[in-house]
Amino acid sequence: MTADVTPYKWVGTRSIRPDGLEKVTGRARFGADYHLPGMLVGVVLRSPHAHATIRSIDTSAALEVPGVKAVITRDDFPEITSEEAMSGESVVDYRDLSRNIMARDKVLYIGHPVAAIAATTRRAAEEGARAIAVDYEVHPHVLTVDEAMAPDAPILHHDLITNDPEAETRGPSNVGKRHFFDRGNVRAAFDESDVVIEREFKIRPVHQGYIEPHAVVADTDEDGRSVVWCSSQGHFLVRTLTATVLKWEPSRLKVVPAEIGGGFGGKTTIYLEPLAIILSARAGRPVKLVMSRQEVFQASGPNPGARVRVTIGANSDGTIIGAEAWMAFEAGAFPGSAVGAACQTVFAPYDIPNVGIEGLDVVLNTPKAAAYRAPGAPIAAFAVETVLDEVAEALSLDPIELRYRNAAEEGVASTYGPTFKRIGFKETLEAIRSHAHHAAPLKANQGRGVASGFWFNAGLDSTATVNIHEDGTASLLIGSPDIGGSRASMALMAAEELGIDQERIRPSIVDTDSVGFNDVTGGSRTTFATGMAVVEACRDVVATARQRAATLWAVDVEEVEWQGGRAQHLSGSKPPLTLTEIARSAAKTGGPIAATAALTARGVGVAFSTQICDVEVDPETGHVKILRYTIAQDAGRAIHPSYVEGQMQGGVAQGIGWALNEEYVYDETGRMENSSFLDYRMPVASDLPMIDTVIVEVPNPGHPYGVRGVGEVGIVPTTAAIANAIYDATGIRMRELPMSAVRVHSAIERRSDDGTRTPVG
Amino acid sequence: MRSHVTCTINGDEVEFLVDDRQTLLDALRDELQLTGTKEGCATGDCGACSVLIDGRLNCSCLVFAREVEGADVLTVEGLADADHLHPIQHAFLEGAALQCGICTPGLLVAAKALLDRNLKPTEEEVRYAIAGNLCRCTGYDKVVRSILDAAAEMRDSAVVS
Repeated sequence: MTADVTPYKWVGTRSIRPDGLEKVTGRARFGADYHLPGMLVGVVLRSPHAHATIRSIDTSAALEVPGVKAVITRDDFPEITSEEAMSGESVVDYRDLSRNIMARDKVLYIGHPVAAIAATTRRAAEEGARAIAVDYEVHPHVLTVDEAMAPDAPILHHDLITNDPEAETRGPSNVGKRHFFDRGNVRAAFDESDVVIEREFKIRPVHQGYIEPHAVVADTDEDGRSVVWCSSQGHFLVRTLTATVLKWEPSRLKVVPAEIGGGFGGKTTIYLEPLAIILSARAGRPVKLVMSRQEVFQASGPNPGARVRVTIGANSDGTIIGAEAWMAFEAGAFPGSAVGAACQTVFAPYDIPNVGIEGLDVVLNTPKAAAYRAPGAPIAAFAVETVLDEVAEALSLDPIELRYRNAAEEGVASTYGPTFKRIGFKETLEAIRSHAHHAAPLKANQGRGVASGFWFNAGLDSTATVNIHEDGTASLLIGSPDIGGSRASMALMAAEELGIDQERIRPSIVDTDSVGFNDVTGGSRTTFATGMAVVEACRDVVATARQRAATLWAVDVEEVEWQGGRAQHLSGSKPPLTLTEIARSAAKTGGPIAATAALTARGVGVAFSTQICDVEVDPETGHVKILRYTIAQDAGRAIHPSYVEGQMQGGVAQGIGWALNEEYVYDETGRMENSSFLDYRMPVASDLPMIDTVIVEVPNPGHPYGVRGVGEVGIVPTTAAIANAIYDATGIRMRELPMSAVRVHSAIERRSDDGTRTPVG
Repeated sequence: MRSHVTCTINGDEVEFLVDDRQTLLDALRDELQLTGTKEGCATGDCGACSVLIDGRLNCSCLVFAREVEGADVLTVEGLADADHLHPIQHAFLEGAALQCGICTPGLLVAAKALLDRNLKPTEEEVRYAIAGNLCRCTGYDKVVRSILDAAAEMRDSAVVS
C-alpha cells in the first residue's frame, strides 16, 4: 500500500515537471519541428504490392523534375550480412533491418520503401516520386499465420530456415523460430486435474498509435559526418542501428534527441534516418523526412496479430497444477516478433508446477512488427486471464481468490526461469479485493471483470552526468529520452540526494556526443536504471562537496557529513556550508564539481498489475461502454506519483482501445483498409471514464529508492478484464479481439438463435 | 497559384505568401515557424493542429491558409501573455495532464474554446469538448481533471475581479 509517511523530502512529491513549461507553450521541439537553412523536403516511394520481386528501378525521369535534388534506391545502400544483435531490449537482425528500411531484391508488404527523393518543395518531391519507374514481378502473398504456415504457402524468404530447438529443420519456411519451454509433465497434470479448460483466441494487429509521426532531419557534411535530429526512444540506439546499416563508424553520427511525441515501443527502431542521411549526402543540403499518418500505419511497427491456444488444469480447491500455451505471432515481413516474450510471460504471475509453452514466429506480407508496451504479454494475458475466469467459474471460486491462491511470490521459481525476489503481485490482488469498486452494485446489462498481468523491467546501460554550477544549482545530463515525465523523476531523486530544491536542478536530454551511452527508453527502465546513474553521480558529487568543505575547514573529510544540502562538521562547531557556498569557492578548493556515473543497472525488479472493470453492454447494438475502471499496480516506489498514475492510466486506455475497437483490416490485396485515425478508432475522451489508480509500493530491494518500472504492465491485463466483464454482463465469452460492437452483437445474435441462453435485456 | 494573406495571429498582424493548396497548418509551421501547432494526421481526426479562428475551434489541417484572410487566429503560442500562463496551461502543469506533450497544444486550444463559452462545464461536457483531440499517453483522466480545475480557477478569479 502507499505509505502515508516517507523518509523523503522530494521523492514521492508531485512537483511540476521540468519540461512542462515548454510543452504547454508550444516551445518544445519535436521531431518535425526542426527547420535548417537550405533544408530540402523528402518523400519515400513505397511498394504498391504486398509481395513482389523488383526487376528494375529507373530514376532518370525523376531527376529531371525541377526542384528534385536527389533520388536514392537500394543501390545507395550497402549489402548487410545477417547478424543478430541486441537492440535495446529486443533482438535485431541487421540485414533484415536494412532491407526493411529500403527494399533490395523483393518488396514484402504494401508500404515497403523502394526509393526516396529530396526536393526543394514537397510537391516537387512527390512529382519526382511519381516519375520513378519500378518494374515488379508480383508474387502471391500471405496475410495470416494460417496462410503463412499452409503447406503450399508462398515463401517470403528463401533463406529462412526455422530455428527450432527440437525438431529437425528442413527447407525454407515462413516460420522463423519455434520457442519451447517445458516444466514437469503437463499432460499428466491435466489427467489429474478436476477441471481442464482449453480455449482458442484470435488477436488482430494493432498500432502503438503515437500521435507524432516518425520524423527526422539529417545534415550530412562533405567529410561524411552527419548530424541527425529525430524523435526516438533511444538516440544512441538510432546511432548504432543507422551506423550499422550504412556501414559507418558510429562516431560519424551525432544524434540529437528531439522531444518524442509518444512511442510505446514503436520508436525503438529506425525507418527514416538512413534515408535522410544519404539523401542529404547526395544533395549536399539538410533533408527532412516526415511520415504521413498513412505511412505510419502502413510501414511502421504494428503489434503482431496472433492465434493462441491456452489450456489450464486445476484441482477442486483451486490449485492450478498444469498450464499449456501455443502461440503463433504475426511477425510481419521479417522474423522477430515478441512471441518469445509472450512465452516467458504467459504464466509468469502464477506458481504452476507443470507447464508446456510453444511459440511460433511467423513471417507474412504485412509491415514488420515492432515492440508495443510490454511486447507479447497482453496477447498472452488475454487468453490466460479469460481462461482463469472460466476456471474460477467452474470451481465456484471468486476470480481474485483463484488468482491469490496461485499467485507467485518471493521464492517461487518463475515459469520463465529465475526465482522471484520480493514482488508485489498478491498486494495488487488485495488492493483490488479491498477496493470499494469491488463491492459496488451493478445494474441490468452491466458486468464486472478482473484480470492480472506481469511484465519485466529491463536494466541495461545508462550514463548520467551531474554538473554543479557556481550558484549551487545542478544540471543533469541524461541520455534517455523522456517519454512520460522521467525528467521529473530524475530531478526529484537528484534533489533528494543533493539536498537542494528540485527547482534548482535542470535535467536535460542531451545528444550522443554530450553524455555517455544509454540504452533505450523501453522495458520500463528509465526511472529505474538511468535514475540509478543519476543517484550514483549525485552521491559522487556529495562526496566531492564534503571533501571541499573539509578543505575549507582544514579538517579530515571523515569529520564532515552531508545533511539537508549542507556540509556539517560533526562537532557542530562550524557554521554549515551550503552547496552554493561550496560551489562558489570551488575554484579555490580543487576546481569544478561534477560527476558522471556509467553503469549496467543490476537489481532490476518485475512488475505486476491487477485491474477491475465494469461494463455495460447494449443488447441491441453490442456496444460496450466502460463504466468504471480501477487499476492497482506495484510501482516499488513512486518517485513522482502523478506520472506513475499517468503510466497506469495510459496503459489501461490503450488496452481499452485494443479490447473494443482497434485492429488492422486488410483487403485481399494486402492493403490496410483503415490507415487513418478516422477508421482506426483509438479511444477519445468521451469513450472513457476516469481511470482510478491504486499505487502499490512493495519496494524493489535492488534500487536505492525501491523503484520498479511502471511504464508497461498496465496494458497487460486490460483486454481480459474487459472480456471477463462482458461475460459477466451477457454470459458470452469473447475470444477474438477487438470485441467491437459488431462482434459482440453477432455473438449475442448467435446465442439468441441457439436459444441456449435467455437473451440479454 | 500563390496568395497574399493578411491576418492576425496571436494578436499580431501578419502577412505571408502561400500556395493556394497550402493548409493553414503548413503555413503556420513552415512559413511562420509557429511549430507549436502539431500535425498528427492531416485529416482532421486527431486535433493536434487545433487553433481558434475568430474564436471558433478548427483543425488547421482542414483549412486553406488563404481562407484566414482578415481573420483572427489563435495558436498555442498565443495562450500565455508575456509573463502569465493561461489558467488552463497552469492547470495542465499542476495536474500532470501531459506525458509526451505532442497533443497538449491542441488540447489546450480546445479547452480554451470550451471555457470561453462555458466556465462551468460538467465532466461530460469536457469530455465531449475534447473528443476531437487524440491523446495516446494519458487516458484523458488528468486532462479532464485539469480542465475542470482550470474552469474552477477561472470562475474564482472572475468573482474576485
